[in-house]
Amino acid sequence: MSERLTRADVVHVARLARLTLGDAEVQSFTLELADILAHAHDVASLDTAGVVPTAHPLPLVNVLRADVIRPGVDRTEVLAMAPWAEDDRFRVPKILGETT
Amino acid sequence: MALKNGWELVVGLEVHCELATNTKIFCSCANQFGDEPNTNICPVCLGLPGSLPVLNHMAVEFAMRIGSALHCRVEPSIFHRKNYFYPDMPKDYQVSQNDEPINVDGYLELPDGFRVGIERAHMEEDTGKTQHMGSSGRIHGANYSLVDYNRAGVPLVEIVSRPDIRTAEQAKAYVAELRSILVATGASNGKMEEGSLRVDANVSVRQPGHEYGTRCEIKNLNSLRSLTRAIEYEANRQIDLREAGERIVQETRHWNEEDGRTSSMRSKEEAMDYRYFPEPDLVPIAPSAEWVAAVRDALPLMPADRRRLLSEATGGELAPGSDPIVTIVDQGLDALVLGAVAHGGDGRRAVNRVANEVVTAEQGARLNIAGFAALLVMEAQAKLTSTQAKAVLVEMMETQASDPAAIATARGFQAMDSGVAETLVDELIAAHPAEFERLRAGDTKVAGFFVGAAMKASGGKADGKLVTGLLRQRAGL
Repeated sequence: MSERLTRADVVHVARLARLTLGDAEVQSFTLELADILAHAHDVASLDTAGVVPTAHPLPLVNVLRADVIRPGVDRTEVLAMAPWAEDDRFRVPKILGETT
Repeated sequence: MALKNGWELVVGLEVHCELATNTKIFCSCANQFGDEPNTNICPVCLGLPGSLPVLNHMAVEFAMRIGSALHCRVEPSIFHRKNYFYPDMPKDYQVSQNDEPINVDGYLELPDGFRVGIERAHMEEDTGKTQHMGSSGRIHGANYSLVDYNRAGVPLVEIVSRPDIRTAEQAKAYVAELRSILVATGASNGKMEEGSLRVDANVSVRQPGHEYGTRCEIKNLNSLRSLTRAIEYEANRQIDLREAGERIVQETRHWNEEDGRTSSMRSKEEAMDYRYFPEPDLVPIAPSAEWVAAVRDALPLMPADRRRLLSEATGGELAPGSDPIVTIVDQGLDALVLGAVAHGGDGRRAVNRVANEVVTAEQGARLNIAGFAALLVMEAQAKLTSTQAKAVLVEMMETQASDPAAIATARGFQAMDSGVAETLVDELIAAHPAEFERLRAGDTKVAGFFVGAAMKASGGKADGKLVTGLLRQRAGL
């Protein structure tokens, strides 16, 4: 974590998240994300030997539900909200070869 | 099958197993194969804003059963989000377990005793089903896709083996054995043809003693036949590249059953970067020691244990991995064999008759266990020849008859059963009192006279040994 975050890193992360950023946004996010990472770096530098890792902020485990079927939502209603539907299914643009 | 020019195959398998729960992993929609598209959906599995997942108790229970059956340690675990853009998951991430899976570090023992290490068996959700529409009907060249989210959120356990497998046959044996184990735990219906069990193979080649070669992951293996064919094809493809001095590119490859070839699946411009992070909407799973023990103790016998028991029933004459024993366990006919042995039948004979003549569970269900045992005893006592015993067995299954002696009699097969022999001997004694007195006095040569008479009276069906024994008993010798 010693290296500063670069513009190229931000462009890469934005592409993974399918975000289109303008030059000014890349510039500001590079600074903001670098600050966030610097903070994480500060935290990471603390001596945590003997500290039990926190798996979740809530002090709960095994929150479970009985395996019992309940009705979901109506297909017609849901498909009516979809941008595109066909043959009782969601219709989506072709998957491979998409441009980002 | 050995590879050419001394190359060694190295295979690790990832098996996705859909769990046989009533509902999905994080919502109460039905987990049901074959329903009308998009009829088992709700805000949670559609990833609608504001919806929250709640983990299915039974999915955890099944995952623990699988881990226990594979000799894994059941550990505290958490879920992660695996982020990617593909419309098979409406949330744009799949909830999975990354670096803290529920089951770690086990093994699976093949029928021949070879152990394949299990690295992990973790929980995750299945994705929706996409159908690619367009001229080719395949993903390349498709114009658009249609998505059914009934399968999105169906609970899965992914079982990841260590790269311990060295032949395509071993890979097949591993999947067959794993399938039996999964079915035995009740966690899976084992239907590969319905996609309940899906296999990806990580394949590489190396010269023995060298480091692992670069691996390729082969997808779309929908049957045991596809699995072995794809592994053999892929191994030879990699060998040809290596021998031509080229490098193997680590990638995901698609098996095409019609062409019998694998082909590269994804463009390599952007390496897959799933940006795993802990799923904030789910709390950790931390099964108590009591729960883990209860799951382990409630497991039924696994196929390996059942093969061992059957082998023991033959007095060790047949190995646990022998073909007849493997067949019997596959068909679930153990009870027939073990029951027949308990009723006095010979173990080895029982195993061979069941594996060769009964063969299927349906046939086995038509067979009365005590009757089957009686048949084995008749055969062992040489009252029936092997051919006669098979014919009687076939009729017992056809008619669901329970008395092999009656069938043998009706077919004129029988030597003579002991009750008939006793009556006959008593009649002969009554008819020849003088000879019987000589016998009682110790003139054992007279026994031959009685045996001859018994043979004559029975038309040759009497068992000489049996008649002699009965005579000596009556004479108090």
